[in-house]
Amino acid sequence: MSKVVKKDYLEEAVSGFNLRTALEEANRCIVCHDAPCSKSCPAGTDPARFIRALKFKNVKGAAETIRSNNPLGGSCAKVCPYDQLCQEACSRCGIDKPIQIGRLQNFIVEQEKAFDMKVCKAGEKKAGRVACVGAGPASLTVASKLAQAGYDVTVYEREAKAGGVLSHTISPARLPQDVVDYDISLIEDLGVKFVFNTEAKADILKDYDAVFAGTGLWSANVDSSFPGADLKGVYTAIDYLKEARKNNEAFDPGKRVVVVGGGDVAMDCASTAKTLGAEDVRILYRRSIEEAPADINEVLYITSLGIGMTTGFYPVAAKGNGKLETVEAAGFYDKDAKMSISADTLVFATGQKAEDQSGIAPFEITDKGLIAVDENGAAIEGFFAGGDVINGGKTVVEAVAEGKKAAEAIIAYLEKKGVK
Amino acid sequence: MYQKDLSIEFAGVKCLNPFFLASSPVCNNYDMIAKSFETGWAGVFYKNQDSVPEHEISPIFGVSDMGGPWSMFKNCEHASQNSMEQNMEYMMRLKRDYPEHRIFATLMGGSDEDWTSLVEMACQAGIDGVELNMSCPHMGRDNMGSDVGCNPELVEQYAKAARKGTDLAIIAKMTPNITNMIPSALAAIKGGADGISAINTVKSIMDLDKDLMTTEPVVNGKSAISGLSGKAVKPIALRFILEMAKYPGLKDVPLSGIGGVYTWEDALDFLLCGARNVQVCTSVMEYGYRLVEDIISGLSYWMDEKGFEKLDEVVGLAVPNITSPSEFTRTFKIRPEFDHDKCIGCGRCYVSCFDGGHQAINWLDKERRPELNTDKCVGCHLCQKVCPVPDCIRPGEVVFDEGAEHETITFKTKFE
Repeated sequence: MSKVVKKDYLEEAVSGFNLRTALEEANRCIVCHDAPCSKSCPAGTDPARFIRALKFKNVKGAAETIRSNNPLGGSCAKVCPYDQLCQEACSRCGIDKPIQIGRLQNFIVEQEKAFDMKVCKAGEKKAGRVACVGAGPASLTVASKLAQAGYDVTVYEREAKAGGVLSHTISPARLPQDVVDYDISLIEDLGVKFVFNTEAKADILKDYDAVFAGTGLWSANVDSSFPGADLKGVYTAIDYLKEARKNNEAFDPGKRVVVVGGGDVAMDCASTAKTLGAEDVRILYRRSIEEAPADINEVLYITSLGIGMTTGFYPVAAKGNGKLETVEAAGFYDKDAKMSISADTLVFATGQKAEDQSGIAPFEITDKGLIAVDENGAAIEGFFAGGDVINGGKTVVEAVAEGKKAAEAIIAYLEKKGVK
Repeated sequence: MYQKDLSIEFAGVKCLNPFFLASSPVCNNYDMIAKSFETGWAGVFYKNQDSVPEHEISPIFGVSDMGGPWSMFKNCEHASQNSMEQNMEYMMRLKRDYPEHRIFATLMGGSDEDWTSLVEMACQAGIDGVELNMSCPHMGRDNMGSDVGCNPELVEQYAKAARKGTDLAIIAKMTPNITNMIPSALAAIKGGADGISAINTVKSIMDLDKDLMTTEPVVNGKSAISGLSGKAVKPIALRFILEMAKYPGLKDVPLSGIGGVYTWEDALDFLLCGARNVQVCTSVMEYGYRLVEDIISGLSYWMDEKGFEKLDEVVGLAVPNITSPSEFTRTFKIRPEFDHDKCIGCGRCYVSCFDGGHQAINWLDKERRPELNTDKCVGCHLCQKVCPVPDCIRPGEVVFDEGAEHETITFKTKFE
């Protein structure tokens, strides 16, 4: 195809604004009375307020709005499914097309960094000590909010780096590492302590006044009895993306790659394979494009890279002699359809599930294997949870929203308990 | 929202900040003004009141989008349609409920007695001062509004009449429809006014309707020359404020700037030119009271960035640097510098330099890039002004005339 683009693994999918183009875009904003964009942000980032500030040339005020409402404002600007949230709600859709809210947010956060602004400040020291388990979006949000309220917060992370999905799986074309690192550095500035390479269990956690579990979904949803699952070249999405992010260009993505799944993670696996040099990449999705959970922009992006999506098929077996040679697939709706694909790499992006959480606390577990919580993220006495491990795998902005709610619940709990 | 202490004194009145609503439709009753105070405005010049019952036209406004939405706004509105008694009740209640906020009643009389009695009456509402409207350019009667402002004798006479009615602060509002504002401003002070506000709207005709053969507002097929406001008039307003700030005979006379304020940068422009108070109307009509939030926030961040603690340190900072063209250094030129990497090859600089400048740019056809002819370039920087790419054309080498002293030249380097 004539317009297929070639991108490097670390090259961003979307280009940024400069002050002039950002103002042009902000000036398209109608400045609604009851801004539907702000109403549709789960995390309450308040786009109407920051776009208005930008439109009236108050760039720092715009940055203040974003950062005070959303501790992961930089990362969200990159990975939020805007078309399904604020941009879909934008009144300007009634005239032509929505304001490019995500790109504006990204521009403003870049300015915040350029100005070296410190919007959030550590609160007056309180005695209460809180542990967050896992350093993903939900935990980072809780940590930021509690540190701003003055509590002593420690984040335990079993990996060597904070960020969870932000740092370990989402592809750098969508989310450059320096954006994640900057969000995290602002949280560190609040005095939040990070303990890496440490799986926090009850023995460590017993010393804290409250515990937040933001442990995510890190167990692949792959049937272990899948024929050929142990062949070399067969990966789970988590392992594939993690390896790629760890090694960047040194990672060998395979030559002929089949990715199974229809969500954003599958798109990330496919773009990762292509941008790292795979010759032939295809996505195998058992249902139709309409049913695919991925953001349409991600689908358009992988299409622009020249990656195809084969719908209506699912893999039934991986074959090969020690290492993968062919993927056998069958029709999902068309029961007679069969297909055999030559491939050296097969990646299962068919969803993730929570790991065993009992080491942290005797949580009540839902039938989907998630931590059961009330509407504010409270699980059992002194324990709270949020993010993928309670919602089954949604968006970063949803995790931020749950983190904000849980932080408020933790503060209320500690105050009630009399921890000053 | 982060905000600094922006308090400032104006004409002997302590104000929470310098941002007031201008006498206009944006402050015409209790509910409007109460909402504006809650949003961050520090005071109002309460919509013009006179002693004549009003009957308005319909429609009242016109808008031009030339140069962006609402770059110009034209109105043909008269005074408040509320009765004086009603307005008194609103003002009293506002002072009771918002004691920290300031209310100046804007008034317009038609005779000495009229001015005195209007001022006396308004001041019974417990307000902070009055503003004398000597400047509305579209009155239905002669010898009111800008007819007064253009006549220094009448200005002094009416200021005296107003002074008779009160000991509170009196601000005289000037018209820009005059070659020189100084004589009228001096006359107002001589007559007893404490401060000057400027500008009221500019007499104008906007884009014509080519079917109806008239301009906006079209009132039963006819229109009129009437007051222009909005972004387009800000440069004119700044000029009058600065001229008064510089004039020795008006030294220390408090000035209130009005005209085209949308952003904190616009408001700051008035402060830098010597105003201690800034009035706003058109932008509020377009976007609502909420825009004061970004004026307060943006100005606070700017003060932090520059290390200012009080607005008193800011007022008038630009006054010494805006002078007569006769005082310019005329011994050098600054050559433009082209960044060929940033250049997108549109050739706008070439077209403008050839057709509107000095034919000092050669166009490299093949590369689609400009090249400076240093012999012909006079350093006007028209090329920089038309370039659509930020920082693509920048001021470069400073070249002095032969035999001229090579002094250090201060020039603009930031254009966003």
